[in-house]
Amino acid sequence: MQPGSNGQAKRRAGGSVLECRAINAGYGSFQALFDVSLEVRAGEAVAVVGPNGAGKSTLLRAMTRLIGLRSGQLTMEGKDFSQAPPHEVVSLGIAHVPEGRRLFPRLSVEDNLRMGAYLPAARARFADRLEKVYTLFPRMAERRHQLAGTMSGGEQQMCAIGRALMSGPRLLLLDEPSAGLAPLVVQAIFTLVRQLREEGYTVLIVEQNIQQVLQIVDRAYLLETGRIRESGDAATLIGSDAVRRAYLGLL
Amino acid sequence: MPTWACCEIREATVTNPFDIFLLEAVLNGILLGGLLALLALGLNLIFGVIDVVWICYAELVMVGMYGIWWLHTAQGVPLPAAMLASIGLVAVCGMLLHHYVVSPVLSAEPINQLLVTGGVLFFLQALATVIFGVEFRNVGFRMPSLNLGDMSLSGSRLLAFAVAVTAIGSTWWFLRTTYLGTAIRAISQDRSVMPLMGVNATRIYLLTSALGGGFAGLAACLLVLQYDVHPAIGLSFGPLTFLICVLGGLGNLIGGLVAAFVFAQFISVGGFFLQIEWGYVIAFVFFIAVMFWKPEGLLSRRR
Amino acid sequence: MNARTLAAGLLLLLLLAPWAGLGRYPLHLMVMAVLWAYIYTSWAIMGRLGMVSFGHGAFMGVGAYAVVLSWNLFGVSPWVGALLGIAATIVLAVVIGYPCFRFRIVGHYFALVTLALSEVVRLVIVALRDQTGGSLGITPRSALGGTETYALGALQFDSKVLWFYIMVAFWLLALWVWQRVDRSMTRLALQAISEEEDAAASIGIPVNRSKLAITVLSAVMTCIGGVLYAQYQLYISPETVSGISISLQMVFGAIAGGMFVLLGPTFGAVFLLVLSEVLRVLIGNQAHGVDQLIYGLLLVLFIIFMPEGILGAALKRFSRTPAAVDGATGPGMGAPGKLS
Repeated sequence: MQPGSNGQAKRRAGGSVLECRAINAGYGSFQALFDVSLEVRAGEAVAVVGPNGAGKSTLLRAMTRLIGLRSGQLTMEGKDFSQAPPHEVVSLGIAHVPEGRRLFPRLSVEDNLRMGAYLPAARARFADRLEKVYTLFPRMAERRHQLAGTMSGGEQQMCAIGRALMSGPRLLLLDEPSAGLAPLVVQAIFTLVRQLREEGYTVLIVEQNIQQVLQIVDRAYLLETGRIRESGDAATLIGSDAVRRAYLGLL
Repeated sequence: MPTWACCEIREATVTNPFDIFLLEAVLNGILLGGLLALLALGLNLIFGVIDVVWICYAELVMVGMYGIWWLHTAQGVPLPAAMLASIGLVAVCGMLLHHYVVSPVLSAEPINQLLVTGGVLFFLQALATVIFGVEFRNVGFRMPSLNLGDMSLSGSRLLAFAVAVTAIGSTWWFLRTTYLGTAIRAISQDRSVMPLMGVNATRIYLLTSALGGGFAGLAACLLVLQYDVHPAIGLSFGPLTFLICVLGGLGNLIGGLVAAFVFAQFISVGGFFLQIEWGYVIAFVFFIAVMFWKPEGLLSRRR
Repeated sequence: MNARTLAAGLLLLLLLAPWAGLGRYPLHLMVMAVLWAYIYTSWAIMGRLGMVSFGHGAFMGVGAYAVVLSWNLFGVSPWVGALLGIAATIVLAVVIGYPCFRFRIVGHYFALVTLALSEVVRLVIVALRDQTGGSLGITPRSALGGTETYALGALQFDSKVLWFYIMVAFWLLALWVWQRVDRSMTRLALQAISEEEDAAASIGIPVNRSKLAITVLSAVMTCIGGVLYAQYQLYISPETVSGISISLQMVFGAIAGGMFVLLGPTFGAVFLLVLSEVLRVLIGNQAHGVDQLIYGLLLVLFIIFMPEGILGAALKRFSRTPAAVDGATGPGMGAPGKLS
């Protein structure tokens, strides 16, 4: 399977959607990100890979304003949102599927999806989008009244992605979608991501599972101890020394 | 109140002359249960969503009662308008309470949260004393009783029951079907991901506080028809409401309802056979017994 | 001069205070201050270890009414009445404490359950109005004839100075108990428990027994406080010795001073007393209830801005390391963490 190929539709990346410039962020006195810059263009799938503790999740949380920036800039389609409060991020078109799914365990699948459509603009299109999500995830349609907490890990991941899709995002952020899932399920998830790409979604995936993720994205960034060590086309990166070293810890 | 003459006549026809009045007590207990359920609903909602117990909850009800009394009796405002205004007043008080008193200590120990609302309890009691004095105030509105055979059911109790049931039902509908209601249910399950869906958690908390205050205001409307208001009135039903909520599982809306009706029966029937205070004592003993049996509360699903 | 000498000097001053020619009322205030210091310290012995009771009014009420009722109704000496009260208190403490601890009822739940307990005790007192006088309160029958100034068997003393020394004795006793608990394994065990109960249990700490022991200790001490209160004031009512108000007052007093510091509750007692007196003098006579208003407001402000108490905050400011403050590095009032 050729890394980087996306089936028939070989997309040409459009204009810049998300831009992070020289992000510095951390928790309290501990700095986790140092001068991180990256870019996602329309129609692309971009991965941020790196070993455990590299700061990948921190990066996503900085991007969605769940943690504050020490310095740096965040822009979405040209609009600066570095100071925006966290609940405004989704209205910019960014949907974040957090690490560990984080569904509402005692709400039904459909209620979880409803929460995804909380934005006024999304509420208007609720019925439509619900239909689309159920078509994309037939299993969710079957379990629409089931309590989300009682589903399996893979099903929860589907539901979490579905919830993010309900807001009609222009950028989908996936934080370690394969974490804690069995290999077969992981494959299903990645196939799903490929499907999303074909639907035209712009995706940024943070992953530890470097082999699998590099096969479904166009470009990738290697994040290590809070810094971008390397970036480039997935095809180039997959064999690169830096990646190998980072994962085998030979650096 | 039964007279001895009535009883003598009845003795000839009924084996147990007190049956009908026991039944009356049971029915009154059900009616009382409705009111207690409404009180428990407000408290449980606040705890279930925000994870804070408003120790001063009964005092908020007192504020509502005084509001109605002042508007209606002292200012001549028609009773329904006074009631509506009071509900709004207490709802606003709820929001103020959350914003100024509770949210500064949200991340502190639970004892701090309990104490800070405890301070508000003192404050409100003292405020009432300063403004209105310690006299018992009455709205002067007596509803007719419903007579079923030899039973007399207080009209205001019936109304309270009906309103409470309606309020509970509406809340149920609201929480289940609306976006806001779903958000309120969601935030109690996972607060930190709320921003990801565009929900401003602070705003939800304020809204929930307004709702909690609103329920207190509604309870005030119902209570003011049956009881006189005075600064210490919160002590009559505050601790009881806490017990009910704990018994039903703090934060568990359904559990609170069930516990409210159970407690009301103990109070009503217990108070029928003995002095009213013993009814409360028996209810508490029952509560302790349940604690031995099922410590998380009757129907709790969260701590 | 070191801390020990300073403490001894201050204690000496305290013991000599009644002879300084103060009037009857200031002396009364001093007696009450020491009594409340004793009671708040008794509460804090349990409160500082994560078991925050909002119902200690129950124990105080039981103690107070036990002595007065047994004397008035049965002619039984308050010495014996006190023992009866203590016995009843132990039963109550175990009945509430055992299920709570066994089933891990802590935090909010525990506070509310104990609150309910104090209210129930108050209700029982009111319900037994034929015997207790109900809400109107009750006075122990005077054992002092015309010129007698003390009746040991009836535990009634006319002399405020004597009462002062009695209160000081108990207060010192409470401080000693606090120190003993502190130094015992139980305190370390309970600190471990309050931080991580499962871990503590897994290393063999007898969690329930330790908790129950401290609870009973604290309850009995508070009960004795009720006895002292009744015999000194010679008037008690359900609201002043039991119920939610007095329970909250105990908690506030201990915390205002600083729950984790040995002399914190004492400081709190003095502070509250001075505060209420100042308010009473400045305002209370004109507007009934304004003093309570400010009291409530201060309680709120305290918890928000100075949760570790006056003494605790002062000690933190003046000591170099936080570890110097007794126990304040644990799950403290000012630090985020779990109560349960």
